[in-house]
Amino acid sequence: MDRFVFLTFDGLSNGAVYAAFALALVLIWRAARVVNFAQGAMAVAAAYAAYSVTQATGSYWIGFAAALGTGLMIGALVERAVMRFVGHANPLNEVIVALGLVLFIQAVLGMLYGNEFLPSHTPFSRNAIEVGGVPLLSRYDLFVFGAVAALVLLLALLFTKTSTGLRMRAAAFAPEVSRLLGVNVGGMLTLGWALASAVGALAAMLVIPTELGLNPHAMDLVFVTSFTAAVIGGLDSPPGAVTGGMAVGLILSYVSGYLGSSVTPIAVLALLLIVLLVRPGGLFSATVARQA
Amino acid sequence: MTLQKHLIFTALGGIFLFAVTQQLEPFRNYQLATMAAYLCATAGLTILTGLNGQISLGHGALMAVGAYTMAFAQNGIGNLYLSLLLAMLATTAVGAIIGVAAARLRGPYLAGLTLAVALAIPAFTVTFDGLFNSEQGLPVSFTPPETLPIETWQALTAGGSALLVMFLLANVVSSRFGRAMRAVRDNEVAARLAGIHVARTQVLSFVISAAPAGLGGALLAFLAQNVSPGAFSLTLSLYLLLAIVIGGLGNLAGAVWGAFLLVALPDLTNSLTEGITASPELARKLDGNLALAIFGLTLIVVMLVAPGGLQSLVQRISHRIRKGRNHV
Repeated sequence: MDRFVFLTFDGLSNGAVYAAFALALVLIWRAARVVNFAQGAMAVAAAYAAYSVTQATGSYWIGFAAALGTGLMIGALVERAVMRFVGHANPLNEVIVALGLVLFIQAVLGMLYGNEFLPSHTPFSRNAIEVGGVPLLSRYDLFVFGAVAALVLLLALLFTKTSTGLRMRAAAFAPEVSRLLGVNVGGMLTLGWALASAVGALAAMLVIPTELGLNPHAMDLVFVTSFTAAVIGGLDSPPGAVTGGMAVGLILSYVSGYLGSSVTPIAVLALLLIVLLVRPGGLFSATVARQA
Repeated sequence: MTLQKHLIFTALGGIFLFAVTQQLEPFRNYQLATMAAYLCATAGLTILTGLNGQISLGHGALMAVGAYTMAFAQNGIGNLYLSLLLAMLATTAVGAIIGVAAARLRGPYLAGLTLAVALAIPAFTVTFDGLFNSEQGLPVSFTPPETLPIETWQALTAGGSALLVMFLLANVVSSRFGRAMRAVRDNEVAARLAGIHVARTQVLSFVISAAPAGLGGALLAFLAQNVSPGAFSLTLSLYLLLAIVIGGLGNLAGAVWGAFLLVALPDLTNSLTEGITASPELARKLDGNLALAIFGLTLIVVMLVAPGGLQSLVQRISHRIRKGRNHV
C-alpha cells in the first residue's frame, strides 16, 4: 500500500511535467496547426543555456530564468527564421522541417557540450517527506506542482482576461478577419511559438533533474510521452492536455513501479496506439474534426 | 516497354557493380556495401512517403526487426540467402501490423506513432534481454567464401540485393498499383471515387515499403557481423527520412542519392575533423555531430528552397541542357 501511495504521488509529479510539455504542444497546435516535433530539442537547448548560466553564476534561479528567456528566444527565432517559410501544400513539410531542426539542434548541443550526461541539480531536496510513516512526496515534487499550477493559471489568465490573449485566439481562429481588424497576425504567431517554447523549457528544467541528467536526447522520450498526453486530451484543448498529462504520468508510474522502468517506452507506445485507434480525436474532443 | 527498360538497367547495374567491386580497395567496397544496405531502406521509404504520402519515423525500427531476424536465422540455420529472405518476411509481417494502424492515421498523428515505435526498440531489447541480450546485442556469424576477399563478397551480396529491390520497386512504381498509390496520396476522395480501396492501398504500401527496409537492416547486420539496439536509434530513422527528402521525394533515383549521402557525408566530415583537430577533446565532440548538424541544416534548407530534392535539381539541369542543345 505504501508503494502504491508513493507511486501515485510520483506519477502525479511526473504527470505535471508531461502536462506542461503537452500544453506547449497544444499552444502551437492551436496557433499554427503544427505539431512541433522540435519541441523537445528546443527545450533541451534552453536547459543547456541554464546549465551554462548556473555554472557561471552559481545560482540555480538565475539559470532557471535564463532557461525561460532562452526558451522564448528560441521559439521566436524558429518561427521567424524557419517555420514561417515552410510551404503548407503538404502537412508533412512542417513535420520534416521540425525533424531537421531536431537533428541540427541536438548536433550543435553535442558539439558545444559533448554527448555525455551532465549532472543536473535541483533547488530542493528530492527526499520524500514522510507523513505518518508513509513517504509521500518530496519538496521538489511540491515545487514542480507549484510551478505547473502557476503556469496553467498564468496561461488561463493570458488567454481569457487580456487583450493580447484575445488577439492571439482571434489570429489563430480567423486570420483574415483578424488582419482586417488590425491584429498583427504574424506577430501573434511568433508570440505563440515563443510562449510555447518557454513552456517547453520550463518542463525540461523540471523533468531533467529527475532523470539521468542533461543530454542532447534528454527530452526524446518526454516528447513522445507528452505527445501521447496531448493526443489523449485531443491536441486542441488545454484542459485536455493537463488531464492527459496527469493520466499518462500516473499510468507510466504504475507501469515502471510494478513492471520495471525499461518497460516505460513500450507502455507509451501501447498507450498512444490504443488512444489513436480507439478515440483518435482524444477524450475531450467535442466534434469529429479529423476524418478517419 | 517499361519492364524491358528496367531489366536492361538492372543488368547494366549488375555488370557495373561486378566491375567496380573488383577494382575498389576493401574499405571502399565495405562502404559500397553499406550504401547498398541503406539504399534498400531508403527505396522502401521513398515508396511509402514519396508515392503514398505516409510518413514513417519507424523505418529504423523495421530495419532492427530485419537485423535481429538475420541474427537469429544466421546463428540458427546459417544459410545466408535463407536468412535474408526470413528477415524480409518477418519485417513484412511487422510492417503489416504497423500499416493497419497507420492506414487510420494522418500526418502528425502517424509521425508521432512511428516515433514512439522508434523509441521503443531499445526498451524491447532490454525488457526481453533473454532473447535480444539487451544493449550488447547479438553476433551474426557466417562463413565467407574462400575465393573472394570478404569485403568484395559483402559488396556483391549487398549490391545485388539492392539491385533486385530497385528492380522490383521500379516495376511497382510504374504498375497499376503504383498509380493507385499516387492517387491516394494526391486526393483520397477522388481515389475512392475512382474505385480504389484507400485503406487497402495504404496498408499494402506500408507492407511493400517494410520488406526492403527489413532487408536493409539484415544487410547492415551482415556487414557489421553483429546487431545491437544502438545501431537502430531514432537518429537512423531520421537519417532515412532526410536521405529521401534530400534525394528527392517520390523518385527512386532520389533514394540512390540519399543512400550515397548517408555514407559519403559522415566520411567526408570525419576526414575534415581529423584534418583540423586542435585538441582531442574538440575532435571527440565534433566526431559524428558535425555530420548530423550538416544533415539537419541541409534538410531544412532543401525543404524551404527545393522541396523536390537533388533529383529534381538534376532533372531541371538536364532539361535545360537538352533545351539549349535544341535551340542551337
